[in-house]
Amino acid sequence: MSALAHVAGDPAVSPAPPAPETKKRGWTAYLLLLPGVLWLGVFFILPLVQLASVSLQSRYPGFPGYYYRDLNFENYVSALTDYAPHFARSFLYAGLATFFAFVVAYPLAYAMAFKAGRWRNLMMICVIAPFFTSFILRTFAWSQILADEGPVATVLNFLHLLPGGNIINTPLAVVAGLTYNFLPFMVLPIYASLERADPRVIEAGGDLYANGFTTFRTITLPMSMPGVLAGTLLTFIPAAGDFVNMELLGPQQGKMVGNVINDQFLAVPGGYPVAAALSFTLMAAILVMVFLYVRRFGTEELV
Amino acid sequence: MAGFREARGDLQLESVTKTFGDFTAVDDIDLTVPRGSFFALLGPSGCGKTTTLRMVAGLEQPTAGRVRIGDTDLTGSRPYERPVNTVFQSYALFPHLTIRDNVAFGPKRRKDKDAAQRADDALELVQMTAFAGRKPAQLSGGQQQRVALARALVNHPEVLLLDEPLGALDLKLRREMQVELKRIQTEVGLTFIHVTHDQEEAMTMADTVAVMNRGRIEQLGPPAELYDLPRTRFVANFLGQANTGVGTIEGRDGDHLVADVLGTKVKVLQGRSQVHDGEMLFGVRPEKVTVSRKQPDGVGNDVKGVVRDVSFLGVATSYLVDMPSGTTWSCYEQNLDVEPLDLRPGDEVWLTWNPGHAFGVPVEEATA
Repeated sequence: MSALAHVAGDPAVSPAPPAPETKKRGWTAYLLLLPGVLWLGVFFILPLVQLASVSLQSRYPGFPGYYYRDLNFENYVSALTDYAPHFARSFLYAGLATFFAFVVAYPLAYAMAFKAGRWRNLMMICVIAPFFTSFILRTFAWSQILADEGPVATVLNFLHLLPGGNIINTPLAVVAGLTYNFLPFMVLPIYASLERADPRVIEAGGDLYANGFTTFRTITLPMSMPGVLAGTLLTFIPAAGDFVNMELLGPQQGKMVGNVINDQFLAVPGGYPVAAALSFTLMAAILVMVFLYVRRFGTEELV
Repeated sequence: MAGFREARGDLQLESVTKTFGDFTAVDDIDLTVPRGSFFALLGPSGCGKTTTLRMVAGLEQPTAGRVRIGDTDLTGSRPYERPVNTVFQSYALFPHLTIRDNVAFGPKRRKDKDAAQRADDALELVQMTAFAGRKPAQLSGGQQQRVALARALVNHPEVLLLDEPLGALDLKLRREMQVELKRIQTEVGLTFIHVTHDQEEAMTMADTVAVMNRGRIEQLGPPAELYDLPRTRFVANFLGQANTGVGTIEGRDGDHLVADVLGTKVKVLQGRSQVHDGEMLFGVRPEKVTVSRKQPDGVGNDVKGVVRDVSFLGVATSYLVDMPSGTTWSCYEQNLDVEPLDLRPGDEVWLTWNPGHAFGVPVEEATA
């Protein structure tokens, strides 16, 4: 072996800190955690337990919010059978919105990270600016933009590109609204991961015989995967549970599961148990999908 | 495309200039690097050495001039079309790929069927086989440096560019890597161009050193020649230490020029001076100066000074001596005497040197 063989060994692990310090640091950590834990306990865990219990009660056809004390799983059966199409639509529309948001967001984030130069901050402000207005107001605005006499439908009809004749009150409008509303959540994580990438690493791709496209495919894109993963989750999860876009932009028939939950809680007499069961089913379904997705595409050890 | 990649021969830069806005980073450089040599571009930061390197790699295009390898003109071609690979200063390993995939990246792009085998061979050359399955973040700086080297070497480029590759390593590791790089270069026989601001690193490793300053090459040659006979004030001071004084040339004595440096007559061989009349910057290296208590006779080229500081270094003793002119000279004496000089600060000493070791350069630095 050469004189350099010793380089191979990792440096010795630094010794553990002395015991008293560890103990002290432990206390500080718990104290710092306390407000958050209390908040989550009171406003998240307790309501969740309450909701779980409601989901097992029986329907009382009277006022909303009333139910028989019981222990039955009928509500879950109903959620999985009666409302299966609503779940399917939710996941389909959320999936489409996530896909379109990705298609729009990646080039935008790429341009911001590598090509924008002094325009970068302005572009960033444009991405964040919608947050200064309420979510509901922005969605209302979209109902105007997509209305039958609005600019989009008029132009598309003039070009004979709109077979149905209108956009508003169709699933297309819902997907468009979801895509728009969750776009910043896709742009920002992708931008962050691209911006953090060392430009020398991308240059190294060119230096090692990869042309522009190959460098993007084999280096830039894989390096930005943590951002893509975060962006798709941040878009898909809220979009799957959303009901505002369907309410304001969508058709009367063929609602999403969020709308059903909303109606069962607020409009349907005695709907609490079903609404609770639907909520839990939705949560479980999303958890399973996210788990499988992260298992498949997760890039756990990227710097 | 294949045409560029098949280029073989000496690397030539012809009147290459690179400007960024108003700033001229590289100013009309002509340079030939013979095939198979270990060439160092040495200079302070901002002198244009890295820009020169990036123009060879194709990561920058020259504003004017041409870059050739052999008979092939590479000017305007893309980095991926050139038979040139770079070891980046920060290593720039692909964080999402394993070490083996990092090294196999180049061969795979070139559709080499034995990419994996070649990657393993390259990892063996830099003794990193044991780490092939790891990710770059799991390696130390020195290990990443070796992987970066393997990733470039595996392609057998016609020219390998090293951009301050040892800059991030500690001194001991840097010394070891210097030896290692030289060994690998000898073994694979490729043209290496090594950019560095460390004059010792350049002198230890390179066959030829080009000293750059303000976008120009001040002097080019084998390390020993640059050290022995600098041609500009910048080279005299950047490459090692030099004791200097501004003098006026007064006449000739045989082969020698005679100059007056603040009252002291000094001689310089005509061939060792870049100026032959008017003002001259006279210089002599510290280890060429002899220190003695009494005025030596017959030699000439002596001057009396006062010892300011003595540092005993074991193999040698280093003296700082205040000269009548107000400057301080440094002298480096090997400890060969049975009875040491035993000088103390404040003692008067005579400094003398063989005129054959002195050199003369222009007083003004060349203006870029």
